[in-house]
Amino acid sequence: MAKIYNLLLCAGASCISSGGYSFRDKLVEELKKHNIENMVNIVETGCVGICELGPVVIVYPDGVFYKKLKPEDAKDIVEEHLLKGRVVGRLLYKEKDSEKIVQQASQIPFFQKQLKIVLRNCGIINPESLEEYIGKDGYSALAKVLTEMKPEDVIKEIKDSGLRGRGGAGFPTGLKWELVRNSKGGEKYVICNADEGDPGAFMDRSVLEGDPFSVIEAMTIAGYAVGAKQGYIYVRAEYPLAIKRLRSAIKKAYEENLLGKNIFGQNFDFDLEIRVGAGAFVCGEETALMHSVEGQRGTPSPKPPFPADRGLFGKPTLINNVETYANVCQIILKGSKWFSSIGTEKSKGTKVFALAGAINNTGLVEVPMGTTLKEMVYEIGGGLPNDKKFKAAQIGGPSGGCIPEEYIDTPLDYESVKKLGTIIGSGGLIVMSEDTCMVDLAKYFLEFTQDESCGKCPSCRIGTKKMLEILNRISKGRAKVEELDLLIHLGEQISKTALCGLGQTAPNPVLSTLKYFKDEYLEHINEKKCRAGVCFKKKK
Amino acid sequence: MNREEILKKYEPTRENLLYILHDIQDSKNEKYLSEEDLVAVSRYLKISRSEVVGVATFYTMFSVKKRGQHIIRVCVSPPCQLMGGNTIFNYLRKTLGVKEGETTSDNMFTLESSSCLGVCAVAPAMMIDDQMFGNLTPEKIDEIITRYREKKNG
Repeated sequence: MAKIYNLLLCAGASCISSGGYSFRDKLVEELKKHNIENMVNIVETGCVGICELGPVVIVYPDGVFYKKLKPEDAKDIVEEHLLKGRVVGRLLYKEKDSEKIVQQASQIPFFQKQLKIVLRNCGIINPESLEEYIGKDGYSALAKVLTEMKPEDVIKEIKDSGLRGRGGAGFPTGLKWELVRNSKGGEKYVICNADEGDPGAFMDRSVLEGDPFSVIEAMTIAGYAVGAKQGYIYVRAEYPLAIKRLRSAIKKAYEENLLGKNIFGQNFDFDLEIRVGAGAFVCGEETALMHSVEGQRGTPSPKPPFPADRGLFGKPTLINNVETYANVCQIILKGSKWFSSIGTEKSKGTKVFALAGAINNTGLVEVPMGTTLKEMVYEIGGGLPNDKKFKAAQIGGPSGGCIPEEYIDTPLDYESVKKLGTIIGSGGLIVMSEDTCMVDLAKYFLEFTQDESCGKCPSCRIGTKKMLEILNRISKGRAKVEELDLLIHLGEQISKTALCGLGQTAPNPVLSTLKYFKDEYLEHINEKKCRAGVCFKKKK
Repeated sequence: MNREEILKKYEPTRENLLYILHDIQDSKNEKYLSEEDLVAVSRYLKISRSEVVGVATFYTMFSVKKRGQHIIRVCVSPPCQLMGGNTIFNYLRKTLGVKEGETTSDNMFTLESSSCLGVCAVAPAMMIDDQMFGNLTPEKIDEIITRYREKKNG
């Protein structure tokens, strides 16, 4: 019997963690009970993006979007929708202000403002199905590259697109590829940094869980462009689902000769292996990551030499992060002109942001570079819960800083955000309401970096500890005003002297909250007052 | 699989060290790396014992102390903290009757903290072994812990 319905069930980690599989099991049971399991095709997809509403299901051909599903809802969906064609009203999305009921996913404001390049297949295809990936133009880019383009052409296309690294530093991707290609040293390597450790960022996890082939294909293209035959994807061990789907995808790519020897019958070989971390934030730093791939302790080394000259096993190495690679195939297929027409003058394309904290629609959103913070928070994010007042947004995780309310109209692109003393970073965006104490926030982030400091260089190991001690004293009302200057001095010294990027940026959350919310620090010190009511609470 | 079988699965090169340590640790009921394990690995890879110990103690997911059957890793990163992660951690401490890093008396659970688990949209979150749990509340924790204990008894 032909399948009449396709049920797209979000099987991203967020939806699973809110009970997605319990719902699925019940659904299968109901389908069997009514003897219609042959009519219905359940597709477990990657992250749909709107994690706040999870678990979610989209029923095709109608495109009806059901949210916050509990196992007991399976019965209604089967008996009402699938058997009788009646949409189950109580499970639909309701607009917050107007109470308007929305049936189709595409009509939900959260999705309307987005432009999906990186997340194009997430939530749409079964991530473990090569056929479905190919059905979405998968492997057309690699075919084009191997049959029509020279490595130099590929690099030129990426350079012309204006794509910049999405992992934090924003280095021009095409230029990096060119440096590795021109680097002398025989064997070369291609690495994908999937050690997404920034608290608040989870787009790389979603891409690997939802569209692993897109990263594998892009790495193969990169291998061809820079002249490498071996690639590694370094995934953090905290992402078991991403590892599982990536393994399955790599296996299938080998079976179809999309990895291995003579890919597409051409004179090009490329092998790809997964390396799994073991819980160390610092391994997200590229030199530390390469040491970890080699089986060493994951501590960073001074740069230069840069990986493009001497990287993994001392050989020239290209290292990009997941989101950067996820752009590559689309650039090859649609051209650099198309890509560079999106975004701002210096920040091209889209950026995926992870919305978390005090915001109604938490989840993943992909928008053109230059979308304002205000649009992110109010139009896509749906504002703050209980109509709380927006205070600030922490962007770029522990390496970034905050953007206060007065700058809410700032376009989110590399340059504009940098002017405010923060970075786009990996795209974590944590929204804070008036209930958040900025001293407390800075303390959380510094506790994090302190805890994760690998200890190799003293300025990070000791400096962040000293800063944290001062912050602890401030939040207890035991600090002196002069210590604020000391805090700034320490922060600036660490930025100048730490060995790696993570150490150098560790003081940012403190320096940036001090810049915009110095009055709150002073209140803590002088009046022993915390306006958010977070500090000075008596311990129960 | 026992230790020797795991070792044989891998080429004796240094770059396989993390995989080997993961596999050995996962294969054991006490989810840890014993001194004998570390010695065996160093012999197999022909690297010094201190190199192996250095790696085993650098990464937070390896343990050289015996642990429980299930490892609970509570996310203590800022996005979870902002959403009440501390309350959740305290509740788990109370419910299980252990401090961070300790194992319950029935050897069922070890309570650990973790840096960001990457499910910030459903904060506060925790992981039990390979399973992720989000939007945690004390009630939800009770339910999850009970389920694990029932699975063991049932």
